[in-house]
Amino acid sequence: MAHFTEATSVKDWLNQRLAIEKVEKVMASEYWIPKNINFLWAMGMVLAITFALLLVSGIFLLMYYQPDVRTAFYSVNYTIMRDVDFGWLWRHVHGVAASVVFLVIYIHMFTGIYYGSYKKGREMIWISGMLLFVTFSAEAFSGYMLPWGQMSYWAGMVITNIFSLGGLHLDGLVEWIRGDYVPAQAFLTRFFMLHVLLLPLAIMGLIGLHFATLRIPHVNNQDGEEIDFDAESKKYLAGDKAGSKVMRFANDFMSKDLMVVGFYLIFFFYLVFFQYGFALDPVNFDPADGLKTPAHIYPEWYFLWSYEILRPFSVNIGLIAFGFAQVIFMLLPFLDRSPNAIPASRRGAFSVWFWALLIDMIVLTAMGKLPPEGIFSTIGLVAALAFIVLWIALPFITMNEKKA
Amino acid sequence: MKNKEPLILVVVVAFTLLTYWLVEPYAHSVMHKHVDGQSFTYADLAPITKTGDATNGKNLVAGAAACTGCHSIEKAGMPAAVDAVTAAQTYGVNPPDLSNAGAIYDAKFLADLIKNPAHALKVEHKFDAAKGKMHPMVAFYGAGGDLDQEVADMVSYLQSIAVKPNQVTPKMAYENACGRCHSVSYEKWTQIGEKPAFKFEKDSLAFDIKVLEYQEALTKYMGKLPPDLSMYIRSRGEHFITTFIENPQAHLEGTAMPRVGVTADSAGKVIEYLEDAGDTKRHERESVGKMVLIYSIIFAVFALLWKKQVWRDLH
Repeated sequence: MAHFTEATSVKDWLNQRLAIEKVEKVMASEYWIPKNINFLWAMGMVLAITFALLLVSGIFLLMYYQPDVRTAFYSVNYTIMRDVDFGWLWRHVHGVAASVVFLVIYIHMFTGIYYGSYKKGREMIWISGMLLFVTFSAEAFSGYMLPWGQMSYWAGMVITNIFSLGGLHLDGLVEWIRGDYVPAQAFLTRFFMLHVLLLPLAIMGLIGLHFATLRIPHVNNQDGEEIDFDAESKKYLAGDKAGSKVMRFANDFMSKDLMVVGFYLIFFFYLVFFQYGFALDPVNFDPADGLKTPAHIYPEWYFLWSYEILRPFSVNIGLIAFGFAQVIFMLLPFLDRSPNAIPASRRGAFSVWFWALLIDMIVLTAMGKLPPEGIFSTIGLVAALAFIVLWIALPFITMNEKKA
Repeated sequence: MKNKEPLILVVVVAFTLLTYWLVEPYAHSVMHKHVDGQSFTYADLAPITKTGDATNGKNLVAGAAACTGCHSIEKAGMPAAVDAVTAAQTYGVNPPDLSNAGAIYDAKFLADLIKNPAHALKVEHKFDAAKGKMHPMVAFYGAGGDLDQEVADMVSYLQSIAVKPNQVTPKMAYENACGRCHSVSYEKWTQIGEKPAFKFEKDSLAFDIKVLEYQEALTKYMGKLPPDLSMYIRSRGEHFITTFIENPQAHLEGTAMPRVGVTADSAGKVIEYLEDAGDTKRHERESVGKMVLIYSIIFAVFALLWKKQVWRDLH
């Protein structure tokens, strides 16, 4: 039994039991952040805020949404959009945030790749981040099923079909996932459960892990500089704030985080009120109809690049390529053989690789939406092959990189 | 050291906008047929050259042209002879009441409709007299005088009894031009009228059965039940619906949906009706949106000032 003395204040009472002063130091005031970082380092906070917006808007939507194939569409488009005060606002916030969160995730990911922030002790940051990407993807997909519109139904049909794994004809597995031969009540209810309970729990757990992975290696910086955090923090605490290479997380860096969040929210709410069509697909405002296949079935924009890696090939090869695309990002820290953790601009061939990958993924994204006809099929095939070649080439081009 | 942030921002924004342009405006322009509106001029129809005489038109409508054999004109004290369900079972669809037809529909269209219904409605692929498939509305071949004069008289009569074109309400335009085929369940609109609130469930069910009977006849006539339009303003958008109303064949060749011949103003009223059904909170969205953006800008400015204050000591 630890020794407790009579508390002199509420703070002291809490301090004896929870060590709040120590926790505050570890998490905020003596959590040291390099000074030479730019606004891209605020994307984590932007993501946290967007996730909070998703969570809060989701709670309000959950009070009126009905997970029943007969009433789901009505509960979303009539009850929430017309009847409930500001129901439309929560739905627009939820739908737009679900789309924008992926834009920020991609910016966050490419920032990590550009600055080599997955190397030299930061491997777990990258891996936990990729696990978050996977769970966010599952969360987005399961949520997309819930309004039970045409795109919900047909996207559900197409994506669950992938699990038959082509030539293996695992139709039993597909039926087991759906709980039926086609997407129906059992399908909707289980995706509802995944969307509002299991996956959010997993996401919150992984966010905790992602923060934890950051604490010991500290965040990277934009110059690839190795900073002696102990020495620099002593300098700061001794009063040489301007001379130290580091700053406190709170309030120093947090004030910048909040500034970026402020500008981001202007952009976000502009989308919510005035430019929401990209996130709330028009086709999904038609109720689900199993006898009426839409002319064009396409996933939301953030899945298009991996969809296009599946599409240009024959079934079995396409599935192998798709599987490759799903796991390869996870392996990045081990495929990059270079000893340097510095910005891509100073890494020669890797710099070319980085921009080629970014442009290739944008091309894949565009071709994933366009109908697979004529020149679009050819461009899609070339871009998909380029994606695979780029990743296979990565260990070889980084192996020969000279130590900077 | 040089501040790279402006350059980084430009790169991030440029790639974001490029991706947006590719997957939204560009991809959709490739996926969807582009149809330009003709501003409801109905250039394919001959203009009315004669000056109509409403009094003579009245005699023709109720007499020689036999319009009132099938159409009611409530305003002129001529109610429908049979109920909507029986009418649909007889003609395929309930013929519209003509009280405000002169205001809702284009005059040239009405004139052509009287002379050759399948032509004006653009359903000649479905109703070909040479193959013995007659349109349920019988063409008017004249009452002995000048055909064009007689038609002009009838159009003039319909215009004389109708409300002024600027008095056409969204509901009036929708119900007359669209509502006999398309329900709008979010506005409680069925093909046989607005569903009232019934005290007893058996009355409510009896009404539903009537709707089902009407829909059965309509389905037989159209080939499939025309869709409910509650959310069409969100699923199709204003441009698609407007150009579809103007000429369904331009979007969907061979469709059984007729060209309904509304004026540009009435088409606007139909759109307004659909916005009230499927985008009910659009005005609130715009006003709240402005306030939220103003708040966000103020928040961002204060966040910027706070950051500047905190960072003053760090450099």
